[in-house]
Amino acid sequence: MKLTLKVWRQKNREAKGAFETHQIDGISPDMSFLEMFDVLNEKLINEGKEPIAFDHDCREGICGTCSMFINGRPHGPKRGITTCQLHMRSFQDGDTIVVEPWRAGPFPVIKDLVVDRSAFDRIIASGGFVSVNTGNAQDANSIPVAKEDADDAFDAAACIGCGACVAACKNASAMLFVSAKMSQLAHLPQGQPERRRRALAMVAQMDKEGFGNCTNTYACEAECPKLISVSNIALMNREYLGATVKSDE
Amino acid sequence: MELKSNIPEGPLAEKWTRYRSSVPLVNPANKRHLEVIVVGSGLAGASAASTLAELGYKVKVFCFQDSARRAHSIAAQGGINAAKNYQNDGDSTYRLFYDTIKGGDYRSREANVHRLAEVSGNIIDQCVAQGVPFAREYGGLLSNRSFGGVQVQRTFYAAGQTGQQLLLGAYSALMRQVGMGKIAMYSRHEMLDVVVIDGKARGIIARNLITGKLERHFGHAVLLCTGGYGNVFYLSTNAMGSNVTAAWKAHKKGAFFANPCFTQIHPTCIPVSGDHQSKLTLMSESLRNDGRIWVPKKKGDARPANDIPEDERDYYLERRYPAFGNLVPRDVASRAAKERCDAGYGVGPSKMAVYLDYASAFERYGQIEAAKQGLVDPDKETIKRLGKEVVKEKYGNLFDMYEQITGENPYETPMRIYPAVHYTMGGLWVDYDLMTTVPGLYALGECNFSDHGANRLGASALMQGLADGYFVIPYTIGSYLSKEISTKAIPTDHPAFEEAERNTQAQIDRLLNVKGSRSVDYYHKKLGKITWDKCGMARNEQGLKEAIGEIKALREEFWQNVRVPGDQHELNPELEKAGRLADFLELAELMCMDALHRNESCGGHFREEYQTADGEALRDDENFSYVAAWEYKGEAGYELHKEHLTFENIKIAQRSYK
Ligand SMILES: Cc1cc2nc3c(=O)[nH]c(=O)nc-3n(C[C@H](O)[C@H](O)[C@H](O)COP(=O)(O)OP(=O)(O)OC[C@H]3O[C@@H](n4cnc5c(N)ncnc54)[C@H](O)[C@@H]3O)c2cc1C
Ligand code: SF4
Ligand code: FES
Repeated sequence: MKLTLKVWRQKNREAKGAFETHQIDGISPDMSFLEMFDVLNEKLINEGKEPIAFDHDCREGICGTCSMFINGRPHGPKRGITTCQLHMRSFQDGDTIVVEPWRAGPFPVIKDLVVDRSAFDRIIASGGFVSVNTGNAQDANSIPVAKEDADDAFDAAACIGCGACVAACKNASAMLFVSAKMSQLAHLPQGQPERRRRALAMVAQMDKEGFGNCTNTYACEAECPKLISVSNIALMNREYLGATVKSDE
Repeated sequence: MELKSNIPEGPLAEKWTRYRSSVPLVNPANKRHLEVIVVGSGLAGASAASTLAELGYKVKVFCFQDSARRAHSIAAQGGINAAKNYQNDGDSTYRLFYDTIKGGDYRSREANVHRLAEVSGNIIDQCVAQGVPFAREYGGLLSNRSFGGVQVQRTFYAAGQTGQQLLLGAYSALMRQVGMGKIAMYSRHEMLDVVVIDGKARGIIARNLITGKLERHFGHAVLLCTGGYGNVFYLSTNAMGSNVTAAWKAHKKGAFFANPCFTQIHPTCIPVSGDHQSKLTLMSESLRNDGRIWVPKKKGDARPANDIPEDERDYYLERRYPAFGNLVPRDVASRAAKERCDAGYGVGPSKMAVYLDYASAFERYGQIEAAKQGLVDPDKETIKRLGKEVVKEKYGNLFDMYEQITGENPYETPMRIYPAVHYTMGGLWVDYDLMTTVPGLYALGECNFSDHGANRLGASALMQGLADGYFVIPYTIGSYLSKEISTKAIPTDHPAFEEAERNTQAQIDRLLNVKGSRSVDYYHKKLGKITWDKCGMARNEQGLKEAIGEIKALREEFWQNVRVPGDQHELNPELEKAGRLADFLELAELMCMDALHRNESCGGHFREEYQTADGEALRDDENFSYVAAWEYKGEAGYELHKEHLTFENIKIAQRSYK
């Protein structure tokens, strides 16, 4: 396959970025999108140019590191997969592909296609956990959990923290990410004692980081590689509302 | 120097309990002044860091990814073992201990493995308390599955994403401590050297990967939890960034490197499809629970899998190993696949693959499901459909992943699989306390050599990482730190820090100044080819000798001709890769030397010269029942030290899974 790539280049956080166009040939449909970038970078290095910086690690859709905005969509055209799982057989010979970083205020660009997502870590640090020190636990089977609840918790916990939901949202809302964690813990008995505190703390941190509000366009769900459901957002709103009512009393 | 494993006295089953009741403690006021550096945020690092911070130590954590949650542990699929005996199928601490020693082909330390089995149950308790959503049965209790090399069901799992869920649990505990100000987190930082002062580890040099600046960090103790070195083979199931740098730099500062040739080739991975390939994808071992592995009985049979009738298929694992069948340990399964393919029975375009078939699982589960739903005389199609639904629930994400990569639907045609590099049993030598030969420097998780001998059993790495971090190091570190309570924090302008930084800077300058004509990947691929061909699934004397020569030559060429674009003071992935490859190029040589010196076959180390008449690994217990711990001697090479293994509680036998 022969392709034209328009790729965002930006030297660092402060620099002004711009698109750069590259022609690339000899791409096999069996390559992943990132392997196609490997080929391009190899070519750039051989030509004495600077390769394009992009984030990646596991290359199997689980670490949440890769983050390319491809033809206007986070993780590209296919539903339910990450950039590293996207294969070139999803494109046509001769296509022009536009590749940008996640664009959202709370995710500043570090270089080229690499952004800073540490805001997500800070949200988890604010309350995305169960406060249980090592050694405090009772026998794992002492609290049965209905299979349905465990499954719901698992579905929410499948979030890989990639940030595609934020990149997809015109308001740069992080609600899908935040609600997934809240929902995982709300579905489990272990998450109950801190439910209110968690809801308040995580929402406060989310706002502090500058993420926008949810206006129900559901672009997040459509672009989430792990198909995290927007029903989690509804749950989160209930959690939050319940918690504020309680704390006003 | 003599290797002291510091195994406590007493009967095996009491060693750990006695140790815990007698190990010196550090009082809370002193803990506040003791600083611990944890390098790595995978299962081992995150669990150690959060637990130590909970205990009151001042902790700093480093990882090279942009978030601690992205450590390679996230990718583990199949499950985690624990001797809970929830299935009432005869499991016990002793049995898990025994299986692990035997699975490791009698090349691990009894006391360590027993401790691992003892704490395994606590891990599951801890994870559940954190909100890890393990798979459950309708009664609300935890579900188990089987893994290779054992005959009980002791593997806990969360669909095919067990590592993700366990790591997110440990990460949440870690972030909780970060939020409380008890841990300082340094993501996008790469450790590039250990600082040793008066013979003790006292800190690290790390590069901030965004600004490129070198930083100095002091610690009373340093924990390396930096994962395995499987990427020395270039193609492996490891994440792209997994590397040996931290362990290797520690090795050059005096930490012995043990059993580097014990590397694990996983039998069920998606076969290589072309030169462009950057990594290989694992199909979890849990798939061997229900899938059956076969090749055609006829050599070079080119018919599509579904057209080959049942009686023309060779279920070679079931044939060769009737007692364990498809669930033989990994080394055995991998070699058996290679044997069939080398003999000309391989399938797929490359002929270097075998089938992993779910047809009979669809049928079996379908029957059960139909019976549950009370269907009378269901037709074949209905059974198949019901069976597929059950399989989808158990392994759906793995099947999807397979389809994603190959473009083939595994619900309709059998998967094609082939062995790939997966895990490294070798690593930094540690004593019972998990301390390396450098006082104050510890190694946890895959980065140490300890518990898996010459072959790791499935679902045991997650167990070991979390055992080390949650339940072992919090006790054993006290034995060292209790003697350090009056050591003041050493200012980082100490000459040892200056020197370490200078050396690190010199290596960076050197890499950037070669300005040659070939990319880092070019050399990495070449190294991978040498190591895979000559130190992979099968090894022999001649090949290993050639490999050592080729690696030396490649290393020389690398340093003369590599091209690292960009500069130090920016995000520069090529520079990161170059530094890691430089270390792999050294480790690879030691790995081959180790393989060459070990004149026996055991576990994942298969020397063609040493096999039984029917092609099984032939150990030489008389001469090789030891851990090979290599000391770095600079220009002079490496010196071998032996830790002899004694088995007091297990009778050594030829490993048989027949
Ligand atoms: C695809 C796959 C599936 C697997 N499935 C299973 C399974 O089902 N069950 C099982 O038991 N095991 C499984 N394993 C093995 C298991 O996942 C690993 O052995 C284990 O997770 C390793 O954990 P760790 O904490 O030792 O290291 P890792 O998780 O690899 O973490 C290493 C950490 O060190 C950091 N690091 C490394 N070098 C540096 C440096 N120089 N400076 C700073 N930071 C550094 C990294 O950033 C990372 O945080 C699987 C492995 C793979 C590849
Ligand atoms: S909710 Fe989906 S899109 Fe958002 S971070 Fe999680 S996995 Fe990514
Ligand atoms: S690289 Fe890990 S999800 Fe894409």
